[in-house]
This record gives sequence, structure tokens and C-alpha cells, in this order.
Amino acid sequence: MTTSAPAQTPRTSLLSPLTAGPLRVLVSLIVPLITFLALRWAFIFMRSAEANKLLVGVVALIIGVGGVWALYLVTDNLVSLLPEGVRETVRPFVFVGPALVILTAYLVYPVLRTVYLSFLDARSQDFVGLDNYAFALTSSDMLIALRNNVLWLIFVTGFVVSLGLVIAVMVDRIGRLEPIAKSFIFVPMAISAVGASVIWRFVYSFQPIQRPQIGLLNAVFTALGGDPQGWLILRPWNNFFLIAIMIWTLTGFAMVVLSAAIKGVPGELLEASRIDGASEIRIFFGVIVPYIRGTLITISTTVLIMVLKVFDIVFVMTAGQYDTEVIANRMFREMFTYGNFGRSSALAVVLLIAVIPVMIYNVRSLEQSRR
Amino acid sequence: MNVGYQTARSASNDQLRKLLAGAPVRIVVLLIAFVWTLPSAGLLVSSFRPPDDITNTGWWTVLSHPFESSVWTLQNYDQVLNAHGLANALLNSVLVTVPSVVIPITIAAFAAYAFAWLEFPGRRFFFTVVVGLMVVPLQMSLIPLLRLYTQMDLNGTFLGVWLAHTGFGLPLAVFLLFGYISTLPGEIIESARVDGASPLTTFTRLVLPLSVPVIASFAIFQFLWVWNDLLVALVFLGTKEEVAVVTARLAALVGRRGEQWQVLTAGAFVGMAVPLFVFFSLQRYFVRGLTAGSVKG
Repeated sequence: MTTSAPAQTPRTSLLSPLTAGPLRVLVSLIVPLITFLALRWAFIFMRSAEANKLLVGVVALIIGVGGVWALYLVTDNLVSLLPEGVRETVRPFVFVGPALVILTAYLVYPVLRTVYLSFLDARSQDFVGLDNYAFALTSSDMLIALRNNVLWLIFVTGFVVSLGLVIAVMVDRIGRLEPIAKSFIFVPMAISAVGASVIWRFVYSFQPIQRPQIGLLNAVFTALGGDPQGWLILRPWNNFFLIAIMIWTLTGFAMVVLSAAIKGVPGELLEASRIDGASEIRIFFGVIVPYIRGTLITISTTVLIMVLKVFDIVFVMTAGQYDTEVIANRMFREMFTYGNFGRSSALAVVLLIAVIPVMIYNVRSLEQSRR
Repeated sequence: MNVGYQTARSASNDQLRKLLAGAPVRIVVLLIAFVWTLPSAGLLVSSFRPPDDITNTGWWTVLSHPFESSVWTLQNYDQVLNAHGLANALLNSVLVTVPSVVIPITIAAFAAYAFAWLEFPGRRFFFTVVVGLMVVPLQMSLIPLLRLYTQMDLNGTFLGVWLAHTGFGLPLAVFLLFGYISTLPGEIIESARVDGASPLTTFTRLVLPLSVPVIASFAIFQFLWVWNDLLVALVFLGTKEEVAVVTARLAALVGRRGEQWQVLTAGAFVGMAVPLFVFFSLQRYFVRGLTAGSVKG
């Protein structure tokens, strides 16, 4: 912000290549490190002071939010004091450095560390080779979990995308009611998986045969002449009752995105096909679906990634009991219930390996967009 | 679903035909919307019923006599907010969410600007790394971070969760903001530089105000993500009443009071109220944010 100090000619040019590197690292570290230390100090201080919680919150907000901004400004001003030759080579790191430091600390380092831990035993002391992976891929518990994950991937993705697409096409034709209908179907997306699980636990609620059923599903089922069922312990169908919850939350999302894509299909194209006498079904498969292919692929991968890591629904509904285990829930249990960090890490790595194709695809598209 | 689009003789005839042909589609869509709403409606209705009524009769029975005052009560909400500590959990959720949205946006905006408009060695490489990190499952980070936090006495503190959400949200934030900021017209940025504006001034006075739409979209996405998150909150904060957020408390209530529907129904709606409010008031940004943010790992 300040105008430059007089250039110190020969010394700077000699200095710059040597000092720029360490200076960049230093500058990158300033913001995250000082923010972190200040916040930590504030927390410890306030914890000991037994301060009012709201006050703690407000102070923390000011330091956390305002402090980060202030630090960027201060660091930038500090860099402005540097000799001219060095200054502009260091400055970009004021901007990008903090992000790189945080990404390293919260993603890059932990990923490498988790891969390493997955080859160690439960308490991360001895090297056990591929034992944890043998557990993750061949033990009878995990075979059930892997089977369930496959069920989730197929049914959630299949239903969400096809149902979302069909509703998107239909909703396009109902005129003024469209926004309202869309809102109602989309609303579950705003609800947490925990909230959704409570909602559906109530739907699946079970009472003994003489008592009136308070769960919607059992009420309908008994009205049709069936005996009330404990849906959540009914193996293996209970998996599908859990899967239904995720379909319920995500269908609206797929519908909204696909609906936007369908509106982008040129009207002339549809008209032309209609004049040619194509039926609506043929127009759907022959014109609309090919036209929105890109969006269909994006939404499918998005849903696949979300489903792969499904945790909350299983955790809240059954905690993985009654053969409803999935990888992410087992990973959590290995970590907290059994304290087996080797197995837990190996399960995380399994999830990572499953998303690597998407990662490669993303990086490739980036490379292409750069050309 | 066969919609007759044959050219009709007269305009009114055509309209009538369209209306009739559209009717089945309309009915099917409304039926789907109805089915989609029914589970939440059941929970909402039940949350206002006395505990005994909830467990003895189906919630739909109340619809036959909805105007008797004895069938409605607010005591469930009073109970969950006070006796079960959800009021406190709500406050915790706010304290966790606001910084977990603002801090990553700030850091990502600075970084996205540098990636888009400043020259530095490793620019392409670092950005490729950011894109690669976008879909990394956050499960990969939990164990090492938990250990690090234990060493630094950060477990169970808001600070730990803020930074965790910052780290996990950052790749997507940088990517989205870069996508927008890099398409700002180069002439504006260049002319600011020629006029002697420093990169920082250009950023705060020019780039940031112009980027409000994308920031709003990401903010809503990140808000929902953090507010509705259970995993990160469980791992780094836990279920102790002083620090637990709404989702964690609710999950604990399901575990311990799985059949006390008066607690669960009201509790679930306490947790949903804020995101539903955001949903209905900012629907357009909300959709844009969700669409944009759907690739997160």
C-alpha cells in the first residue's frame, strides 16, 4: 500500500534469490501461526476465567474472524517494507501462503500419515504389513459392510438420478405450480442427516401387535392386513429402509440441478422432433437425455461420492447393528469404540482409493481447461 | 404421460386439450411432493402433541379434531430446550458455524486472488494440488488430527473444530472462488495496477466486492455443511453438554431416548429450524450454492 522505499541496487539483486525462498515460507506461516496462537491463548485464558459463554463466543468470533483479516493486512504491510527486488517476489505468498499451510496441515500431512498408520498395528507401534487391509477386505464383518456399501452406491445413485430426472421432466410441464412442487421435494436437502434419521425412525416406528401403530409405515402395512414389523431389524431388508432415507434427501437436489439443465435444451430441437412425429418418450431418450449427458455424469459422480462416505444415517438409525454396517461407520467405530487405529486408517484408505478415479478426472479436466 | 401436442383447430380447443393432457402429470407431481412432505409433516405435528398422545395414537388422528386445544402443547419444546440442553446446543452450533464459514472464505479469497492474478513460482502446481484435494474423504484426516489435537490440548475446543472445518472446506472454496475471480476482466485489474494500487488494495477494493455472488453461494453451502455435520463435531467436540452441537446432542438423544418421541420430534425440529429458515429465505442462492458445492470430499 505504501509507495516504495528507495531501491538499494546491487545488494538487493544479490540478496533476492537467496532470501526470497525462506522469506516466502516465513510470510506464509505468519498469518496461520499468529491466529492460531492468539486464539489458543484466548481459549485457555477464558476457560480458566470461567467467563460467560456468550462472551467467550463473541471474543472468539472477533479474534477468529477479525484477527485473520488484520493479520493479512499487517503481513502485507511488513512485506512492503522489504527491499524492492525481494518485495514483489515474496508478496504473492502473503495471499496464497496461509491457504497452503492450512491445506498441508489438515489434508496433505494427515493423508500421508493415515496411509502410514494403516500399515501399523492397533496402537500404531509395530509394522504389520497388509494385515489391516486383509481385515478390511476379507473379514466377515467387513464383507457385510462392503456389500452394504455396494447396495447403497447402486440404489441411492440409481434412484436419485433416475427419479430426479423423471421428476425434473414432469415438473417442467406443470406451469405455475412448478416452484412450489420443487420446493417441497427439495426441502429435505436442508435437513441434516441426523434430523432426517429421526424423521424416518418415526415413520418406521414399531408397536406390538395389539397396540395402535404410530409409525406411518406400520400403520399403512397393518391397514392393508399385514402384521406390524420392526423394519430396522428385518435383515437384509433393513438396509433398504436406510437407503430410502438418503434417496429422500438427495432426490430433490438431483431434480433441481437436472431441471436447470433440461431448461437449457433448445426449444426448436424439441419442436422439430415433435413435428417429425416422435413420441414424448422418444424425445426424452433421444433428445433430452443426450443433451444433458454432461450434467447427468456430474450429478451421478457427486451422489456416488456422497453415498460412498455415508455415515450419519447408519450411525443414528442402527449404529451398524443388524447387518447394516457401512465402511465409514465401521471406520468411526474402529477409531472410537475399539481404539484400533491401524484398521481404522486402512478403512479410510479404502474410501480414498475409491475416489481416486474422480480425483484423476478432476485434475485432467483442469489440465484440459488450461490449454 | 402422453401429452397431445397435435395442432388443434382453434386456440381455445388447443388450450383445453393441453390442460387435460397436463392433468395426469400434474397429479403425479403433486402426489410425489405430498409423499415427500409426509414424513416431515408427521414429525412436526407430533412435536406439538402431548407425550401420551404421541405414543398411543397415530399423528394423523389429530387431523380429525385439530381445533381442540387439548391436543396441542408446547411442553415438548420447553423440555428439549431446557431439560435436555438443546438451547445450549443451539448456541454451540452458532458458535461453531459462523467462524467455520467466515475463516475459510477469507483465506480462500486471498488465495484464489493470488492464483488468478499474481505470478509466483509453483502457481500451477499448487492449484492442481488444491483440485486434487477436493474429493479426498475427510476420514483420511481424522486420526492424525485427533492425535495432534490431543498433544496440543485442542480436543473439545471450538478452535479445533473451526480449523478443521476451515481445512476441509478450503479446497472447494479456493476452487470455486478461483473459477469466478479468474474470469473478472483483466483490464480492470491491470488498470488498477497502472494507477498504482497495490495487490492488497486491488483485492479489497475491487476483487472482493465483485466476487460477492460466488462468496454468497459458497457461504450458504458451507453453512449448511457445517450446521448439519455430525462426524467432525463428534470427533473433535464430542457429546459433552458444554460444547456439543445440535446434531451431536440429537444423535445422543436418539441413542439414549430412542422411544421418547416427545423429545426426539421436538429436538429434530429445533435442529432444522435454522437451515429451513435459510432455505426459504435464500432459496435462489441456496440452490446455486448447493449446485456449485456438490463436489466436496
